[in-house]
Amino acid sequence: MTELDFMTSPQSGELGRFLQQMLLIRYFEQQVEERYRDAEIPGFVHVAIGQEAVAVGACAALAPGDVITSTHRSHAHALAKGTPARAVMAELYGKVEGCSRGRGGSMHLYDVERGNLGSSAVVGGALGIATGAALSFSLRSEPRVALAFFGDGATASGLFHESMNLAQLWKLPVVFLCENNRWAESTPLAQHSPITDLTQRAQAFGMTALEVDGQDVEAVYRATAEALAHARSAAGPVFLLAETYRLAPHNVGDQQEYRDKEEYELTRATQDPIAKLRERLALSDERFDELEREAEAAVADAVDFARHGTDPDPQTLLEDVYA
Amino acid sequence: MPEKTYLQAISDGLRQEMRRDERVFVLGEDVGVYGGAFKVTVGLLEEFGPWRVIDAPLSEIAIVGGATGSALMGLRPIAELQFSDFVSCAWDQLVTVAAKQHFRAGTPVPMVLRLPSGGGFSGGPFHSQSPESAFTHVPGLKVVCPATPHDAKGLLATAVDDPNPVLYFEHKHLYRRIKGEVPDERYTIPFGKARIERAGDDITLVTWGAMVYTAAEAADELQAGGVSVEIIDLRTLQPWDKQAVLESVAKTSKLLILHEDTRTSGFGAEIAAQVVEEAFEQLDAPIRRVAAPDTPIPFSPQLEKAYIPQVEDVASALRELAAY
Ligand SMILES: Cc1ncc(C[n+]2csc(CCOP(=O)(O)OP(=O)(O)O)c2C)c(N)n1
Ligand SMILES: [Mg+2]
Repeated sequence: MTELDFMTSPQSGELGRFLQQMLLIRYFEQQVEERYRDAEIPGFVHVAIGQEAVAVGACAALAPGDVITSTHRSHAHALAKGTPARAVMAELYGKVEGCSRGRGGSMHLYDVERGNLGSSAVVGGALGIATGAALSFSLRSEPRVALAFFGDGATASGLFHESMNLAQLWKLPVVFLCENNRWAESTPLAQHSPITDLTQRAQAFGMTALEVDGQDVEAVYRATAEALAHARSAAGPVFLLAETYRLAPHNVGDQQEYRDKEEYELTRATQDPIAKLRERLALSDERFDELEREAEAAVADAVDFARHGTDPDPQTLLEDVYA
Repeated sequence: MPEKTYLQAISDGLRQEMRRDERVFVLGEDVGVYGGAFKVTVGLLEEFGPWRVIDAPLSEIAIVGGATGSALMGLRPIAELQFSDFVSCAWDQLVTVAAKQHFRAGTPVPMVLRLPSGGGFSGGPFHSQSPESAFTHVPGLKVVCPATPHDAKGLLATAVDDPNPVLYFEHKHLYRRIKGEVPDERYTIPFGKARIERAGDDITLVTWGAMVYTAAEAADELQAGGVSVEIIDLRTLQPWDKQAVLESVAKTSKLLILHEDTRTSGFGAEIAAQVVEEAFEQLDAPIRRVAAPDTPIPFSPQLEKAYIPQVEDVASALRELAAY
């Protein structure tokens, strides 16, 4: 387990870096919303505003060689796992320079070299892959772990239950990281799950479960590190439940008629993981502004890069269907 | 007659079926308050309540299994999958169970599966497919692909009446783009009866779904050059109106088949095979197919445009046939 040095120097240490990453993601997502509304980005786009601490804290705890799988809400995971903002933005613009060469778009971000086995636009669809990756680590006795991000909604899918069962049965080194943002599109948790405590899903398989405040990046980091250590020691998989909030519509364009306006505004005001970290670090306004401007500039650069990217040549359409 | 969008026609059809027959209910993800991913079920929850407009969790296979079981027990479920692509998650209950139920047990499965399909807006590889052909290969299933608002409502009513599992593919790209006259009263359109989109003498063009409009534009271009194209909109693929195609080919002697799904083993192959089997002597030219290439559907707008058959692709194939 990597030791953090934030106790001694919070601003220059890990937490400061987490804040930078979270700000990058926040600005990235806000730009994505705007570029989408201006019809520069096509398709369907889901932003992770409100869930930055989960992506950043979890990915920071991973060791080199660990892999992740992601979801339809995938930009934060890709950025936190180290894919450059330019490559992610270019993918959203459908450019050759994108991390999936423009073939996948927002819901299909891949960066296998950096350990991102990819997002699945089919909800829950990557859980099998994560389990399979962990199976390979186990069969080859490699000290690696697969971490699967997925939402509360995905816990209703058959593949979730089948993967959890296999992983526990075979004691695979996989961490099932459930981002419970309490919504599956327009459906609140209480309407898609008969239980409100989702760790009970893990209990059904006798799987170790951990719960963490997903708005607290340090807590997410620590809990993920604990889960990874457990899985890496061949003690079996871990179900890690991050309680978080979707501080944005389901996808850009969703009007959220189904969501109580007051609840939404109150949650935005009280559950912003960036505001929490800022307060925690007791940053001066000047310092915070500076960090914000850095993030803003990095995102502006990514947008510029994407806009000037190369459109895929239609002649390449039939390439790579088979290996 | 009132003008309706394709989407409104489906929506009206659902409401009419639910008012007419208490056994009809809808289930699917976000179909209630939200009104469905594409807002087709807006207003149904208010009118019919949560026991007939059921918001289901993310469980496609259980939704289709649930629809199958409740249909077995005499209800008339209309299940919505948010995108037809996700029917793959439900394959077992649909293809293994529902499709073979009547053959095995003699019990009908009167369910309708609504499947928003098709591309054209950069939905990417998992939100843009047109998987209808795959299900024509499964005995026991019926496959419906309306192209117009009028057909959308009429075929929905027929689907609800039908005692078999019906896959109702509604093309997403037509939802708000296409308007047409739709009667207020209930009417049905028989399965297996094609619609002549336009009559012509020189070439027969068989298609369905959104490609009907691509075909029409291409035919306009050919018309300007004095070539008249007969466009047959099949409306349903299982059963399909072979008679209409054979009659048209007897007149034109040339056949072009157009579909948005990929080429190999697409339904166009079946049509071509049957026309060759039954009308070989009538043909004056090799049958042509215009279809998507054999690759997953890409996200980038440039690639997607190259993937989905365009007016120019159809027009040039028609010109080649005309010149043959
Ligand atoms: C198999 C499947 N069914 C339906 C959808 C449509 N859909 C996309 S996201 C979503 C809700 C997912 O909820 P959750 O897993 O909690 O993730 P969140 O959106 O909250 O991040 C739905 C229904 C899909 N992409 N895949
Ligand atoms: Mg959720």
